[in-house]
Amino acid sequence: MSKIMNKYLRYLPHKFCSGCGNGIILNCFIRAIDQLDIDLDSYLCVSGIGCSSWIPSPYLNLDTFHTVHGRAIAYATGAKVFNNNLTVIVFTGDGDGAGIGGNHLIHAARRNIDITVFLVNNMIYGMTGGQVAPTTPKNAITDTTPFGNPEKPFDLCKLVEAAGGTFIARWTVFQPRKLIKIMKDAIIHKGFSFVEILSPCPTEYGRKNNLSIIDYYRYFKKLVQNKDDKLKFGIFVKKNLPEFCEQLNKLRNNILNNKNMHS
Amino acid sequence: MKPGRYFVLGDIACAEGALYAGCNFFAGYPITPATEITEYMAKHLPENGGYFLQMEDEIASSAAIIGASWAGAKAMTATSGPGFSLMQENISYAYHTETPIVIVVVQRSGPSTGQATYPAQQEFYQSRYGAHGDYESIVLSPSSVQETFELTVRSFNLSEKYRVPVILLLDGAIGHFREQLIIPEKGAIEIINRKCLKNNRINSSDLIDNILPMAHFGEGKKLLITGSAHEISGKRNYDPKVHESTINRICSKISQAKDIIDLEYHHIEDSTSLIISWGVSARPSLGAVLSLRQEGIKIGFIKLKTIWPFPDEILNNLVHEDISDIFVVEMNNGMAVREVQRVLRPRRIFSIKKLGGVIPSINFIKENILRYLKCQK
Repeated sequence: MSKIMNKYLRYLPHKFCSGCGNGIILNCFIRAIDQLDIDLDSYLCVSGIGCSSWIPSPYLNLDTFHTVHGRAIAYATGAKVFNNNLTVIVFTGDGDGAGIGGNHLIHAARRNIDITVFLVNNMIYGMTGGQVAPTTPKNAITDTTPFGNPEKPFDLCKLVEAAGGTFIARWTVFQPRKLIKIMKDAIIHKGFSFVEILSPCPTEYGRKNNLSIIDYYRYFKKLVQNKDDKLKFGIFVKKNLPEFCEQLNKLRNNILNNKNMHS
Repeated sequence: MKPGRYFVLGDIACAEGALYAGCNFFAGYPITPATEITEYMAKHLPENGGYFLQMEDEIASSAAIIGASWAGAKAMTATSGPGFSLMQENISYAYHTETPIVIVVVQRSGPSTGQATYPAQQEFYQSRYGAHGDYESIVLSPSSVQETFELTVRSFNLSEKYRVPVILLLDGAIGHFREQLIIPEKGAIEIINRKCLKNNRINSSDLIDNILPMAHFGEGKKLLITGSAHEISGKRNYDPKVHESTINRICSKISQAKDIIDLEYHHIEDSTSLIISWGVSARPSLGAVLSLRQEGIKIGFIKLKTIWPFPDEILNNLVHEDISDIFVVEMNNGMAVREVQRVLRPRRIFSIKKLGGVIPSINFIKENILRYLKCQK
């Protein structure tokens, strides 16, 4: 194992299925924070429940906070507001972050709180054995859509953009160098950063929909290259707007100063 | 508010108690009849150096206070029945991760939306068994505005000492009563803060009376916090013995503690019958006891201030053999009465219950008791 991995991982082997993208995301994240000049003690990695929530916890040798299903962003909000010095990263999945936890996602984006969310979209509920997700493509076969998915999938980046997120990107695990770059930009960005990472789930989604890992590669590559496609790739929102904790502290300091002046 | 004498709502006394105890983080969501606590904290927490957040729902509120607690805050939320139901999954997480938080529940008449503006005492069991899994709870319930202040401070103290969520069970009546509140000088009530981990790693030698010291985010201690079964270090471990010992530990740190149970009693010595009550119902209950005693009936009174753990041992010692009839007065369909029956059988134990969001009157309680005693003769 390379030196860099030894430095950042506390437990191995990881438990991801062969062909899963989570290991690549873990690898890219480690390289991203290794290249950034941010105090490692300030990192707080929050996750919920699902395969993607295992990316930081227990493997990363940082403060890790493995919480309940769908609520990682709400837990992260409390910690970030109380200690603004934390560099808060949320690892979540499409079910965790956009299904059960969709409400917290849009409200964190609206507040523009300085949290980075890496949402791993594998288009299915993997950990529970392959049920339909809010991101599952139309007509896809899952355990709970055995006759094809009648619903259409969420465009999560559009959702977060509409809600007010100030850094929004979409990428896949098959182009890791660019993913590292996007991760770094997302972490540095002051405000709510959202990166949707398309990731294969050969065990649950691939098996049911006849997608081998090579098919996945071709499929994602086509999506990324096809400029006319509805699904955009790359960084497409990056703007500086007032950040929530800064606003809150400004108000609070005014109140405290007024109080001290009058007493 | 500065130390002194005030005339305020129970909800305000609760918020002031939290500030007195050093609460510096509050996340909440509006709900009758707890909204006044949230509003008061929004206005006064910043000037006391704290942070206030109104979250998108009660689930997020309870999640945010747990996150803040691990970042070092003394954190609290306030809600009522429907919001309390939403919080239960996160409360279970707080039990398992041993997170100190205070949850104030101002009970209103349910089920569901019920009589949203009317008081009730129906969360007796939800406050103990609402969250999933095995754990021991600390639940306190005041019956006056002054007691609300004092028990709020106590909720924080117990929560910090035992690293456990503490639930303060108010009711819509006490929350909205306006009464005298005396705020004592700083230092008059002892404030307990959590023990912090000194070393970088946690060891079994850190465990004292089954309580672990706490570390916080950002201290460089590489915390590993999970709701999965874990060792004391936080490392996930599904070994049956490991999880069994965790549950035994988080339960016995509460059940074996000697300073949690608190109750008040009057006229027990010479009595042959007894009223046991709690919360707002304890007020007319004491009135009924005093009135009945003037009529020559030897009846005593016990008010529970700690609802959970239920005071089995103390009740057994306090309720002597001459007491043969016990009446439990509460604003629900008979909840605390089941616990009293469990502990004080084979005495005759009866429920005097009032539903519909109405506080039982002294006469209502007296009539029930007199009717019963007449039948016994």
